[in-house]
Amino acid sequence: MSHGPSASGGALQATPAHAHHDVPHEPVFVGDRLTELQTIMARYPSKMAALLPALWILQDERGWVSEDGMKEVAMHLELTPAYVKGVVTFYTMYHLHPVGKHFIQVCTTTPCNVCGAEDVVNELLQQTGCGELGQTSPDGRFTVIEVECLGACGFPTPIMINNAFVESVSPESVARVLGDLE
Amino acid sequence: MGYPHKAHERETQVLSKYFGDPEARTLAGWRARGGYEALQKALAMDPQEIQTIVKDSGLRGRGGAGFPTGLKWSFMKPDGKTHYLACNADESEPGTFKDREIMRWTPHGLVEGVALAAYAIYAETAYIYIRGEFTEPIRYMEAAVKDAYAAGILGANAMGSGKRIDIHIHRGAGAYICGEETALMNSLEGRRGNPRIKPPFPAVSGLFGKPTTINNVETLTAAPYIVKNGADWYKQFGRADNPKSIGTKLFSVCGNISRPGNYEVALGFPFKDFLHELCGGAPPGRTIKAIIPGGSSVPILTLEEAEGALMDYEGFVAAGTMLGSGGVIVFDDRQDMVKQIARLTRFYAHESCGQCTQCREGTAWTTRIMERISNGNGTVEDFDTLLSIADNMTGKTICVLSDSCATPVVSGLKKFRHEFEAKIQISRNKVASSVLPTVPVQSGAPSRVSAA
Repeated sequence: MSHGPSASGGALQATPAHAHHDVPHEPVFVGDRLTELQTIMARYPSKMAALLPALWILQDERGWVSEDGMKEVAMHLELTPAYVKGVVTFYTMYHLHPVGKHFIQVCTTTPCNVCGAEDVVNELLQQTGCGELGQTSPDGRFTVIEVECLGACGFPTPIMINNAFVESVSPESVARVLGDLE
Repeated sequence: MGYPHKAHERETQVLSKYFGDPEARTLAGWRARGGYEALQKALAMDPQEIQTIVKDSGLRGRGGAGFPTGLKWSFMKPDGKTHYLACNADESEPGTFKDREIMRWTPHGLVEGVALAAYAIYAETAYIYIRGEFTEPIRYMEAAVKDAYAAGILGANAMGSGKRIDIHIHRGAGAYICGEETALMNSLEGRRGNPRIKPPFPAVSGLFGKPTTINNVETLTAAPYIVKNGADWYKQFGRADNPKSIGTKLFSVCGNISRPGNYEVALGFPFKDFLHELCGGAPPGRTIKAIIPGGSSVPILTLEEAEGALMDYEGFVAAGTMLGSGGVIVFDDRQDMVKQIARLTRFYAHESCGQCTQCREGTAWTTRIMERISNGNGTVEDFDTLLSIADNMTGKTICVLSDSCATPVVSGLKKFRHEFEAKIQISRNKVASSVLPTVPVQSGAPSRVSAA
């Protein structure tokens, strides 16, 4: 539920850590990853139902969901690449472009907003050097976006850094939170 | 035990008893606390007998709609068809964070409830659809399911009953609308999360075209306690003069409140006591101005209205709002209601699936007008436009996301009209200062026009 690169397809700079569009696609679903996908597929009566889980595996491996990755998923699940793209673009958590090493999502929906979430966003944008929402910092380490309700309203302001939740972030604690990252 | 605060003596802890107790997370810890006894008992009963107990208990859906759970289960007959159970753990309603705590602290409680419900509706397979952002709850739920399989609680011979019960965790990928039950089914099937037109209802044709029951996390977690202790035990919770609202309910409290967190009370609890005694009232030096009591989709109350309300399905309706998901959002005197309502409509505009015109266009249009007013560029005609759009967005779409966007606008305009009007005054002043002819300043005479 993020406002960011996946939703807007905004112009993000590719980071050196991730594959570029012009690098040939190395298959993701080989070895253990293929076995994992097959295990997941066995849970459902249709291959298509494994689509969201397959896309998660793809993103976990590569950091984002490329068109070539979508084609690979489509092949395994017997879907068309166009269908897969249609599903990918519905959901906001799949990245359509490479993002910073630390992808930071800040909840600014009403319950957090009334507790000062916008101040947390501003502080994060400043301290990470991102400057603007959806932009990756010049060193490729950070991308900061606003996200709709993270479902942790009692711990304002919750932020997500990649797959980890950090609760009760205040403008004052931003420096410490960022300092804990590599 | 409470979390993050200590439980208040006026709370009635059933589901939240072990929040904050890490030992309850483990299989051994859950069993030591009486876990899986209800499932063992249930598996020795006839599924229809379980449906009857749950029906008699008065348990209603805790996700927002309040549909009687036992009745929903009774739609599932022993017809020999493949049935599915889907657990809705896509908790995304702003202000609501109760299912997250259930999954974080008592994952086996949910596994037990899901397994029990699957058996009760003649299903062998259940899916728990958890929102993609809930990485920590997903981790605990996956561990609980794995341990339950290893212990023979799940699988081909669940607890030695000879019955097959499989549970799979399915991770969402960021879409509020997937908490709507038919959108959830589409998402689970690997589709875009667009809600489906009903009928057919899920009990007839649901997941993969098969009869399906969909229940919220809190509802399913309550079921084992009812089966274990009986319907009469459950009926003790609630107010004597309202047999329609039975049981305990988790309320998530957030926003400008002294002690945010989850509280479990018997339905019918006085909202005034809840806000001031349990939650500690407004932060020091502030006063409460407005409250949304059931997640962002229900009408806003003033403090006075809220203080007269009783916390159950009918009590909140009598106060002009709804129980919803039990997500209580509190606004204090510092808050700009126009800005916050605009922020809410932006949420709905962002989350609209785009299927129905009234919603796709209405949420975006409403947001543009609300933000215009909020920024001091609105006109008084905008009020009528907002109400007219709201009317066209209510009751005219496949699901209720559109209605949910209109709700805070309509109730906000009614109850905080003075704040809206103050914003219009700001824009009037701007206009006045920009269109008035510039009067040459004569020496000695005060200028009528100040610098814009």
